[in-house]
Amino acid sequence: MNAIDRSHAKPAAKLLSGNAACAQGALDAGCTFFAGYPITPSSEIAERLSVLLPKAGGVFIQMEDEIAAMAAVVGASMGGVKALTATSGPGFSLKQENIGYAAGAEIPCVVVNVMRGGPSTGMPTRPSQADIYQTRYGSHGDYPIIVLAPASAREIYDETIRAFDLAEICRTPVILLYDQVIAQSSETVALGGRAPVHATRKWASGPRESYKPYAADADGVPPMPRPGDGYRTHTTGLTHSESGFPSQDPETVTRNLGRLYAKLDHFRDLIDSYEAVRCEDAEVVIVAIGISARAARRAVDACRAEGHKVGLFRPITLWPFPEIALREATQHAKAILVPELNIGQLRLEIERQLRDRRVEGLHLISGEPITPAQIAAAATKLATEV
Amino acid sequence: MFREAPHFDVRDYLRKEMMPHFLCPGCGHGMALRALLWALHELKIDRDKLAVVSGIGCAGRLSAYIDANTFHTTHGRPLAYATGLALARPDLHVVVITGDGDCLAIGGNHLIHACRRNLKLTCLMLNNEIYGMTGGQVSPTTSETRLTTTTPHGNTEPNFDACALAIAAGAGFVGREVTRHVPKMKELIKHGLQHPGFAFIEVLSDCTEVYGRKNDMGSSSEMVMRQKSEMRPSAYRDSVDEPFRSTDLPTGVLARNARPEYGAALRAAAAARAAK
Repeated sequence: MNAIDRSHAKPAAKLLSGNAACAQGALDAGCTFFAGYPITPSSEIAERLSVLLPKAGGVFIQMEDEIAAMAAVVGASMGGVKALTATSGPGFSLKQENIGYAAGAEIPCVVVNVMRGGPSTGMPTRPSQADIYQTRYGSHGDYPIIVLAPASAREIYDETIRAFDLAEICRTPVILLYDQVIAQSSETVALGGRAPVHATRKWASGPRESYKPYAADADGVPPMPRPGDGYRTHTTGLTHSESGFPSQDPETVTRNLGRLYAKLDHFRDLIDSYEAVRCEDAEVVIVAIGISARAARRAVDACRAEGHKVGLFRPITLWPFPEIALREATQHAKAILVPELNIGQLRLEIERQLRDRRVEGLHLISGEPITPAQIAAAATKLATEV
Repeated sequence: MFREAPHFDVRDYLRKEMMPHFLCPGCGHGMALRALLWALHELKIDRDKLAVVSGIGCAGRLSAYIDANTFHTTHGRPLAYATGLALARPDLHVVVITGDGDCLAIGGNHLIHACRRNLKLTCLMLNNEIYGMTGGQVSPTTSETRLTTTTPHGNTEPNFDACALAIAAGAGFVGREVTRHVPKMKELIKHGLQHPGFAFIEVLSDCTEVYGRKNDMGSSSEMVMRQKSEMRPSAYRDSVDEPFRSTDLPTGVLARNARPEYGAALRAAAAARAAK
């Protein structure tokens, strides 16, 4: 399919906004299809790809609404190409039904959600981190999904490439989740530095007669039939058997939904990603993502300079949550601090993971990012109390 | 030179493992499906390269019966899925099967923009004036005064003329037929399949089990025989202000234009920019 040979790519540095880095990452990952709908603060991704994709032989289309954009992306991926859409909170809400379709029918795709203040129209030009659960549980039913939460323009570039790789390998939608500050701030991005996985989709091969489109390999992922290759299969959002046709047989349903839900377990080594800073001896561990983690990184240095044993654990993969790494990073921690731009979403997951530990939140919903000083003050207070 | 296609046997085009089908006795959708398959047969369209995309509802379930690359998508969205698929894979022949609720209510926005864009797709809308799958609720095409499970005292909303809507939105090809005339339906669908841009074809189909029963419209054969005449009686039409429809519902090819096909135009523009 659209495997792009990146071996000759020369590492180069560019000054890019987070959104521009995302567009460049998509192109370098072999994405050849983008469907979108204008929404602040994600529109720069669409604008940039409207220039870059046609030049590279790909397709850019602005659809009539957010729902159509998501549907067109899933449709393009069913045709066999790597496809992307980008949006923000209100648009992400509208996309949920078709994200669930992609999860259930196992259609790879990448969806960017640039978080802005909510609920509803909220604060379109202000940052937020309040879509943590919408990315995980936004569509109905039980389904697996991967959510990546980069914290810089450079990391957005890398994680966009990784998002496409994981989507193809695991046959699942992958959400790229970052906030307005990172999306629209320009930073130096080293391009081509990270060795991509070079993932291509596992296509169906072999005899047509015995082929079952949802009979999975040992890794839990069924090879996908490509239209035109002669398999002539059926894809549906109805609960289906290995044959791809609808089924309500209790055993068949349990077996297939069970396999779907457990699919990502086979790939946790590839999926899990995090950064742990000075956690080895930390008595207080700060857990944060995105722009809050950037501030927390500076707070760690400030606290250490004052003699407090403070560390930072930053999940880069948000869902599935890297719980084993979190436990390792917090083994000496007496207290956990979770600074975030919401009223306690990430904190809820940390409380669930570390039930025997004191977990405190630092929640800001004013539409401003949290400052290093605010986090350092809260961490210092915790360090002196424990 | 036109060559006579070999004998058409509908069973060659159906998935035997999906039989018996789930349509109610007397449902018109089977005749529409037969006409589509017959048209595909006569045009010798390679089923390996045929993609059928459908939405949700009775019409949406038809894709599963066709031995081709079939995609049963979400409610109202098959045109949007098909837009992505057809743009990503211009080598495929993409047919959309949808119903009146799927296409005109929840998916109405996608219909008008598909017409405007004029991407090569063949959209077959089976209009039975009712939400059959969910038990018979009023739809955007339910005739006025008709009884449904959500209009217990008779429908008071004006209905859509889907073809007039498609023409106004710029569809490259628009046609309508009734299930009573299967060969005519087949011919119309053939014209649609051969049209280089977006083709919208409405088929007036009968829901005897739910709609017919509720409105005392008789047996399925009686309903079929009354198509074009009593099924949508002029008395009802005259009683309301109908922005789209002043006379009987016309059938056959209603509009055809030579607007540029969207996919080809998009690719040509990209090639021109790349050459600069």
